[in-house]
Order: sequence, then structure tokens, then C-alpha cells
Amino acid sequence: MSARRLRRRIVSGTMTTLVGVLSFVAVLALVLILGHLVAKGASSLDWAFFTKNPVPAGESGGGVANAIVGTGIIVGLAGLIGLPIGIGTGLYLAEYGSGRLGWIVRFVADVLNGTPSIVVGIFAWTWLVKPMGHFSAFAGSMALAALMVPMLARTTEEMVRLVPHSLREAALALGYARWRTSLRVVARTALAGIVTGSLVGIARVAGETAPLLFTALGNLNFSTSVLEPMQTLSLQIYVYATGPFDEWHRMAWAAALVLMGLVLILAIAARWALRSRYGAAR
Amino acid sequence: MAPPADARLQLETVRLTALYGRRAVVKDVSILFPTHTVTALIGPSGCGKTTFLRCLNRMHELSEGGWITGKVLLHGEDIYDHAIDVVQLRRRIGMVFQRPTPFPTMSIYDNVAAGLRVNGGRPRAELDAAVEGALRRAALWDEVKDRLRHSALALSGGQQQRLCVARALAPEPEVLLLDEPTASLDPAGTQHIEELCHELKTRYTIVIVTHNLQQAARVSDYTGFFYLGDLVELGRTEQLFTKPTKEQTEAYITGRFG
Repeated sequence: MSARRLRRRIVSGTMTTLVGVLSFVAVLALVLILGHLVAKGASSLDWAFFTKNPVPAGESGGGVANAIVGTGIIVGLAGLIGLPIGIGTGLYLAEYGSGRLGWIVRFVADVLNGTPSIVVGIFAWTWLVKPMGHFSAFAGSMALAALMVPMLARTTEEMVRLVPHSLREAALALGYARWRTSLRVVARTALAGIVTGSLVGIARVAGETAPLLFTALGNLNFSTSVLEPMQTLSLQIYVYATGPFDEWHRMAWAAALVLMGLVLILAIAARWALRSRYGAAR
Repeated sequence: MAPPADARLQLETVRLTALYGRRAVVKDVSILFPTHTVTALIGPSGCGKTTFLRCLNRMHELSEGGWITGKVLLHGEDIYDHAIDVVQLRRRIGMVFQRPTPFPTMSIYDNVAAGLRVNGGRPRAELDAAVEGALRRAALWDEVKDRLRHSALALSGGQQQRLCVARALAPEPEVLLLDEPTASLDPAGTQHIEELCHELKTRYTIVIVTHNLQQAARVSDYTGFFYLGDLVELGRTEQLFTKPTKEQTEAYITGRFG
């Protein structure tokens, strides 16, 4: 009896230690990356970095103001286009998508989810950049939106499916029409999950570079016109990191740190917006 | 058994058969529910009593493969008629489920007001009065009046179920359907709900499905016994429990099967 108990304890202890070490490794990787970013990038961060535009190669100083604003505009526009379509598709799949059409939409979303982002960029170039005759932030936003939609559709669907069927029935029995049940009760109950999913989607495309290379292109000057080429942090990092100058490498690290910071702010903002209204309830 | 001659017929089923695909789970059931009475439906699990109840507010058709034959008449009007707006209909026939189903994202107040708001905007004062009235009728007002803005999830199971009763009552339905409303409650919560049945029948026509025979005996005026989809016997509650006319009924209520 006590031998069995000893064995049980040893197995339990070993497994607990194992999963502990594994989670430590996972977190360690994250901490190392963040730490490295801060170590390499923090020293280059000053007021000018956020407020000035890039200077020509060889000169020192300058900043990435145009890239920060550009990232905001391109990702924001992508969100405006992609979030409603993606979330709407997810709601449709979860609430009405049991038939053949639902199966097809789900299949297409899964295929698109697995499509390399550079391929999406090529499509955006073919369908938008080429007909328009020039690179534009708009084309970049469309490419990013196309990446977001299938991702959001599937996560929204998962989140909405988690809402208990009994809640749907309760709303219907109360005289809610089906669409109102979907929006007011089901989607609202799943809101925290949907917002988290949207955030992950935005954060992921905020760091995308490949689809922007031949759509938004990049721009050394400050631009707010979505019909013109526009700079983003990811493009700036790409240019700086692959360039030959130490000064550029330094700037790339700093820009990467800023990009991480923006994503972090987004995450904190979403948490704050979703903080429980009812305190003790959750 | 016939209901008293003076009772106005509010709700009635005529040869109602409920099916899932080709499988009938309620067979050819005709029942009159006199106004302002409580009718209990009893029977073993899977006998079709819940499905029958769900036919009365057209919830059955929402189940996969669910459909019916026969009629359900509300004031003589067939609720399955094509001209009937099913969403409007469900506002006239309230329902409370086996487990409490408060809307988790809404406050206590908003839960009760939910059924009122779907009918379009109302003045604030009117809404307040309706919410208070419904909570009072559900015997919950005194316990929650100081925390109407708190989450409904903070309430106990019994309170949540009374909240669901209040939510069903707020739109002033004519009929209240209770589907094993005390199945997940403790004795105190059960007693609360049963007392409610007595008070509410002065204003509503109540149909309650229950597994608990004592409960049926305590709360109802009429009792129907279902077995394998058939309505075996329907009668005044004291009569059905003391002098059942069918052998099956007697066997069930004396605990010999089911």
C-alpha cells in the first residue's frame, strides 16, 4: 500500500516539475526577447525618435514618426474593414452556419488562414496596386484586412459556440427575434472572447511586413493620405535591419521596441475596456 | 373530468402530436387549460411532458427536426396559424426553464427589463415600475432592491430562478409555462417557487412540468399524467392523486414504476 503511495507521489512530483520547467522555458523565451529588445533599443528612444521623420542614410538622428502614424492608419483602416466582416462571418457560422453554405465558408476560411501572408500581398498587388497604377496605404490595409477576416471568423465562431444553448432559448422564449437573440444575448455574452480575438488579430497584422512590401511600399516622408505609399514600423524595421549601417541597426531595434510597446498598449487597453462592470461577479 | 363550466377557455390543445423527424414523442394530446388555474404535468423521464410544454409557446419547432400536427388554441386562435407572429406570441406566453438562465452580461434590473425593451422604448418611470412589479410578484424585490445594478450572476441559484420568473412576468404574459422550475433548487428555493404558483394563478394561467409528485399535488388544480407520449389521465389534482381512474396512473403515483 505505502509502496503504491510512494510511486504515486514520485510520478506526481515528476510531472509537476516537468510542466513547471516547460512553462518556465516558454516564459523565458518571451522574457529574453523582450529583454533583448529593451537592451538594444531603449537607449535610442528619445523624443526625436517619436517626433522626427527618418533622415538620409549616413546622417545621424531622426526618428520614425511617419512609421508610427502610418502603422496606426494602415492597421486602423484594416481593422475598420476586417473586424466587421470577420466578426459578422463568425456570428453567421456559429448561429446559422450548420448548412452547406456554412461548411463552404468554414472551409474557405481555414484555407485562407493557412495562406502565407506574402501570397495575400501578391493578390492585393494584382487587384489593387496594378489597376490603381500606384502603391497605396489603402492596398496595404486591404491586404491586412484579408488576413484578419478568416482568423476573426474562426475565433468569433469558437467564442459564440461557447455560449450555452439555454441562454438562446431563454431569449427566444422571452419574445426576442432570432437576430436580436444573436446580437443582444449571444454576441454580448461572447463579447470578451470576441474582443480578445480581435485584439490578437490586430496585433498579428500590426507586425506583418510581407503583404505591405508591394502594397503600402513604405515612404521616407510623413504621409497621411491612404492613396499614397505609406511607411509602417514593420517596413521601417525591415529596411533598417537589412541595411548596412550601424546607425540603422540601432534604429531597427528601437522601432521594434516601439512596435512591441504599441501591441502591449493595445492589450492593456482591451483588458481595461473589458474589466468587469460588476466587480465581485466574475 | 371537465373543467368548471364557467371557466373561460384560454389555452387548449387539440389532438396535438409532437415529432422529431418521424418519431412522435407526444401523441394525440388534447387538454384544456382553464384561465387562472395551475395544471401540473407529471410522468417519468422521457414521457414527452417537456416536449408538450414546449409546443405551447412554439419552442419545440426550434429543436432539430421538431414539428407538430394538431392545434394549439389561445383564445380560440390557432397559434400555429401562418398569420401568427411567433415572436409576438412568445411575449404572450412566458416560460421558465429547468435551470436558471439569467443573462450573464446584464444587471438584475436589465434582466427583468429585457422582455419589455424588445417591445420598443418606454418611459423610464414606466420601466422602473414594471421591473419593481415583476420582482415583487416573483417575491424577489426585498432581496435585490438595493442592488438592482449588480450582476444577476451574483444571486444564489434560487434567487436566479425567481429572477427568471420575474423576467418572464414583466411583459405581462397571459400564460406562464414552468419546465421543472425547481429541479436545480434546494428545498427553500423550491418552497419559494411553489408559493409563487399559488399567488400567480390569480393573474396567470400556469402550466408546470414536474418530476416531483408531491409538488404537483401541492401546487396544481389539475394534473395530467403522461406516459410514453400519451396523456394517460387528466383530472382534478385531488381526484387524480386519491382516486385515479387508470391503473397506470395509480401504479405511477404509488411509486410502483417510473
